[in-house]
Amino acid sequence: MPDLLLEVFSEEIPARMQAGGARELERLLVGALSDRGLLFEAAKSFAGPRRLTIAVAGLPAKQPDVSEERKGPRVGAPGKAIEGFLRSAGITLDQCVKQSDAKGEFYVAVIQRAGRATEDVLAEILPAVLDQMIWPKSMRWNAGIARWVRPLHSILCTLDGEVVPFEYAGIRSGNITRGHRFMSPANIEVRRFEDYRQKLADAFVVLDVAQRKDIVEHESRQKAFALGLEVIDDSALLDEVAGLVEWPVPLVGRIDDAFMDLPPEVLQTSMRTHQKFFALRGTAQERLANRFVVVANIAAADGGSEIVAGNERVLRARLSDAQFFWDQDRRRPLAARLSELGSVVFHARAGSMLDRVHRIESVAAVLARDFGFDQAKCVRAAQLAKADLVTGMVGEFPELQGTMGRYYALNDGEEPEVANAIGDHYRPLGPNDRVPSEPVAIVVALADKIDSLATLWRAGEKPTGSKDPFALRRAGLGIIRIILENTLRIRLAPTLLVPLAAARNNEADAAAGETAAREIVAELLGFLADRLEVALRGEGTRHDLINAVFSLGGEDDLVRLVARVRALGRFLESPDGANLLAAYRRAVNIVKIEEKRDGCSYQGQPDPDLLELPEERTLFAALATAHETILAELAHERFKEAMRTMAGLREPVDRFFENVTVNVADRVLRKNRLLLLSRLREVMHTTANFSRIEG
Amino acid sequence: MTLQTFWAGQGCMILQPYDVEMGAGTFHPATALRALGPRPWRAAYVQPSRRPKDGRYGENPNRLQHYYQFQVILKPAPRDVQDIYLNSIRAIGIDPLHHDIRFVEDDWESPTLGAWGLGWEVWCDGMEITQFTYFQQVGGFDCDPVSAELTYGLERLAMYVQGVESVYDLAYNEQFRYGEVFHQPEREFSAYDFEYADISILSRHFEDAENECRSLVGAGLALPAYDQCIKASHCFNLLDARGVISVTERAAYIARVRALAKSCCEAWLASPQGAYEPRIA
Repeated sequence: MPDLLLEVFSEEIPARMQAGGARELERLLVGALSDRGLLFEAAKSFAGPRRLTIAVAGLPAKQPDVSEERKGPRVGAPGKAIEGFLRSAGITLDQCVKQSDAKGEFYVAVIQRAGRATEDVLAEILPAVLDQMIWPKSMRWNAGIARWVRPLHSILCTLDGEVVPFEYAGIRSGNITRGHRFMSPANIEVRRFEDYRQKLADAFVVLDVAQRKDIVEHESRQKAFALGLEVIDDSALLDEVAGLVEWPVPLVGRIDDAFMDLPPEVLQTSMRTHQKFFALRGTAQERLANRFVVVANIAAADGGSEIVAGNERVLRARLSDAQFFWDQDRRRPLAARLSELGSVVFHARAGSMLDRVHRIESVAAVLARDFGFDQAKCVRAAQLAKADLVTGMVGEFPELQGTMGRYYALNDGEEPEVANAIGDHYRPLGPNDRVPSEPVAIVVALADKIDSLATLWRAGEKPTGSKDPFALRRAGLGIIRIILENTLRIRLAPTLLVPLAAARNNEADAAAGETAAREIVAELLGFLADRLEVALRGEGTRHDLINAVFSLGGEDDLVRLVARVRALGRFLESPDGANLLAAYRRAVNIVKIEEKRDGCSYQGQPDPDLLELPEERTLFAALATAHETILAELAHERFKEAMRTMAGLREPVDRFFENVTVNVADRVLRKNRLLLLSRLREVMHTTANFSRIEG
Repeated sequence: MTLQTFWAGQGCMILQPYDVEMGAGTFHPATALRALGPRPWRAAYVQPSRRPKDGRYGENPNRLQHYYQFQVILKPAPRDVQDIYLNSIRAIGIDPLHHDIRFVEDDWESPTLGAWGLGWEVWCDGMEITQFTYFQQVGGFDCDPVSAELTYGLERLAMYVQGVESVYDLAYNEQFRYGEVFHQPEREFSAYDFEYADISILSRHFEDAENECRSLVGAGLALPAYDQCIKASHCFNLLDARGVISVTERAAYIARVRALAKSCCEAWLASPQGAYEPRIA
């Protein structure tokens, strides 16, 4: 079975696009092969700085033969019709087969199509496959209309060791590739994959990115270990570095001691973003070590000492820039920078960053009051939370927002809780990030997200489908996690109104604004309920239960909502619960059917004087007591007890259905019984909307 | 000098710096305008570049508001332009077998010129020594053929070759240091850029240049119009450094300069684009 080897060799492909490029090329090639009946045993793709490679094993030598049957006119049809058919099928009458069906006998043309040689098919599909490649960004380079991520230089393509001839972007395919740009610049002739991989390795190119990562990880760990240090894991950086080198050579360099007083986050970010260095730390401690690992793409004759010296020098330059920002920024307190936030636009329809700070302050004040936290500290932290955005360091390294604010606040002599709250207020940054747990940090983190959710929603930036440019889903999930993980009791509706009211201050029509704000809050509660479903799905909570409780309306206290949902879940799992649910559905169905038939709605109190049978009277009495008890229990948030009370309804309901006929001839009696059933629905709906429960 | 000799050997004309303040060598009409249209072009030149925002009062050993770029433009881009480039750094004494030379993704975009291209920053032992760009568009017009643009930061290269830590310690020759020439200007111009530049005068200059550019484009004078466009761009950079431009205004200013650049490029494309027939006597 022949194997295919394809390598597309170009100038340096951006690291972040390599894996995606290989996947896309494989997808297109595999699709084109199977479209043409060329089934294979295995395909594997590889990506590196200068090449995308695919090896396809076990292709057939040719396409399978296909025979196609085409139905023609009836036997004995007019001559012209038969002639036309023969012409279109390209055969003569004696090559036709006769078949019959219910309508009689007719001609059938059996056209045999011999499968073409795989090599020919490949030569035809490969230029099209390359042409269909889509890169995140692509370019022209004076080779006609062809586009690739960077200029192409050669295409290697062999089937069973022989060149598959085709042309793309003015390049003829061949059996030549090249090794390391500097260590082995000569041409390499290749026949098959194994030979290709080996010859590349001899020419200082590690083909497989997984292997390059292994080398980087293993060798840097060893070198760090020899110094009593360990490498700080950074998988995103490892991915990037493995895309920048064909022949990885980790080397250890030294950070000038003069810079070791900079915050460790600054050192690490500067090394990472600008220089792609890995940071090191002592094995037993958190402290950053004064060493780094740089991954070179060459085994230099001097063991890399010049390379290390060069990298150390560049790092000194970078860090002296960071040092400049650090010194400069600390000269002016955060509080003095607030006015500058006025000229930073938060959103064209949601004011400046300063407006945002004012809104966060008002939300924080309300939250602190409701939670009974230190209001002065919460408001102070909210006020300073965004001030680091206009510092030099955050201008240079936006990812240090918050982190720098914390350092500068400590430097300004702010309270530690205030500084920590500034540092933590963007959290949680993702589903796995930790949630703030100190009171002041909780308040500011929550206020920050409530403000962006409410005001950006108002500005028309609601997430749709895969689009969520302002990460409002993340903000929503953040709000939920902060509330639930800290068991915070908060009414969301009035809280969400706070930033909206502040944003509305300068609008003319106050009344219309208020109505609009209420509508936004209603939408936001629905949005948060959806997010809650997503958040709780992970722990196995059914989304229909959340919906059953949430759709009652008026429940905007997430802690209470979740407690109700959990109680409801347990109730439905009990035999009483399952049974009562069945009875509920029966009752609701009957009422619905009769309402439809009579064209009216059965709601209201049944008349006690019309209750004839003992089962009716028992149910009526049970509903009245249960209702009162449930309301009292709900008011005290005794959800389990409320569910237990409801469970007590099961017996009278079952009895009722056993012994009472609802649809009797006496219309007054019938109406009263329907009202009794509808009453059951009402009473049950005080705990949850059971019609939303599935299964 | 070595670079000039090297690129002259590659068929480049060695041009002189353009005499209008600009943020980068790309703004020189020999690059920005010549990258457009079908006519071949090869040129190299040094261009002083002014970036008011990068001023550090002479306190930062690596950042300057005024520095020199060595710029090469090759149109059409030769197929082996990467190899030619590597020979140029070998010529200035950097041996790729002893150093770690890398082509790291860096796509270039100039929102004010309405220009973009794909390419890399070239690293030598972690230091960016060159910007390498394949021009795709200038002034919103496709570049066909595609040009290759190489920009060397001269101070950086010199620091590397001389092995000094501060730009001001560079030896200009045996007798003088870079700091003797440029330290005082850095201090004074930083003060001008950040503190003393007169906002109302600059705003007026910006508008004057904008109006002049428009009327020159109307007269079909692409090159003088383009001078005004570069001037407007520099005024904008100064205003930006003074910190008086808000985010929204900033976008509006950039759009205004881009509109000028686009109209200049259009006028250039409508012109003979430098075609010249020697008169036969």
